[in-house]
Amino acid sequence: MLNYIWLGMIMISLLFAAGSDIYDHFSEKQVTAAESRGQVNLNKDTKIGQVTSAAIEAAGTAVQIAIGLIGVMALWLGLMKIAEESGFIKILARAVKPVTRRLFPKIPDDHPAVGAMIMNIAANMLGLSNAATPLGLKAMEELQKINPEKETASDDMITFLVINTSAITIVPATAIAIRASLGSANPQQIVVPAIISATVATIVGVTAVKTIQHFMNRRKAATGR
Amino acid sequence: METIKLIIDWLSLLAIPFIIFAFLAYGGFKKVRVYEKFVEGAKEGFEVGVRIIPYLVAMLVAIAMFRASGGIALISKLFAPLTNLINMPAEVLPMAIMRPLSGSGSIGIMTELMKTHGVDSLIGFMSSTMFGSTETTFYVVAVYFGAVNIRNSRYALPVGLLADAAGLTTAVFICNLFY
Repeated sequence: MLNYIWLGMIMISLLFAAGSDIYDHFSEKQVTAAESRGQVNLNKDTKIGQVTSAAIEAAGTAVQIAIGLIGVMALWLGLMKIAEESGFIKILARAVKPVTRRLFPKIPDDHPAVGAMIMNIAANMLGLSNAATPLGLKAMEELQKINPEKETASDDMITFLVINTSAITIVPATAIAIRASLGSANPQQIVVPAIISATVATIVGVTAVKTIQHFMNRRKAATGR
Repeated sequence: METIKLIIDWLSLLAIPFIIFAFLAYGGFKKVRVYEKFVEGAKEGFEVGVRIIPYLVAMLVAIAMFRASGGIALISKLFAPLTNLINMPAEVLPMAIMRPLSGSGSIGIMTELMKTHGVDSLIGFMSSTMFGSTETTFYVVAVYFGAVNIRNSRYALPVGLLADAAGLTTAVFICNLFY
């Protein structure tokens, strides 16, 4: 699926950029834009040039983001290792067993994956994005340990991911901060609407995931695999 | 409302120090060699960071190209007939499309919309609710699966986008109701 979306995005970008350049060329927009600055810079004055620069710039940004994650990752993975060793994570996992058993039927009880997932969801709810990503990745590593096919996502991983992307945040800190900086009379007005919207998204996502898993399991049972 | 906000602010402030305290105190109590274990765990941080690079490059490059080409405007045009149907101001549509693709991109659109139409206008209210109600799905899929070297994400992205669509539509509905 991702293969097609990725291919589609890049193809559309290139064809659309080229198309609008050709259109602009014949409607002579490009020439006037360039003339007003006194010189022609093909990289900036054509859509196709802008798309190319954007691609190269984004490749650099991706590495910066990944490198930037390393320190925070190390901090949280270190802390999680201590919590795992002491049995703290197991206690945490046991406490939320009634919920997680239903969402993740294939994960053994008090598996470290459950503890990491709970920590990640709690961090997301509080808007602690610095802690949420490392904890989420830790959860993915634990889920990978019990995944029979190492290059393919397991059902449990997808359930976790969908809960994560529709994340219910009690404090949407970024949005509130920007609203406040622009002089809103009531910056935190969005809190309740955002929680309701995110809850609906989570319910729809989890229902969809569980429906798909239900039918896939049935088909598997029918074909006897 | 004010007291709730105060409680939440303090909760967010104290969460991390509390977690660090609880983990270390319990570790010490259980006689875990805390320093050694910390270092052992932290070592993985570097590997994870490096492991996600190819996935992140692939995803961010495609999204950047799509944005630069004006693809968002194109999709907005395609979906425009739907906006009337759910009482969504046409100006907000690019925000809804950008949200799952790019965090910084949607911050840009949101800020722009609030500057042009007013922070406390319906458009400003709706776009910031949208920002607060979902995550950047494409980024999460790339980073989370990338961290464990999973190439086939199966139905994760379509379901993630379906959930986003449900959340964004709800945001439109709720904002119209509350405004």
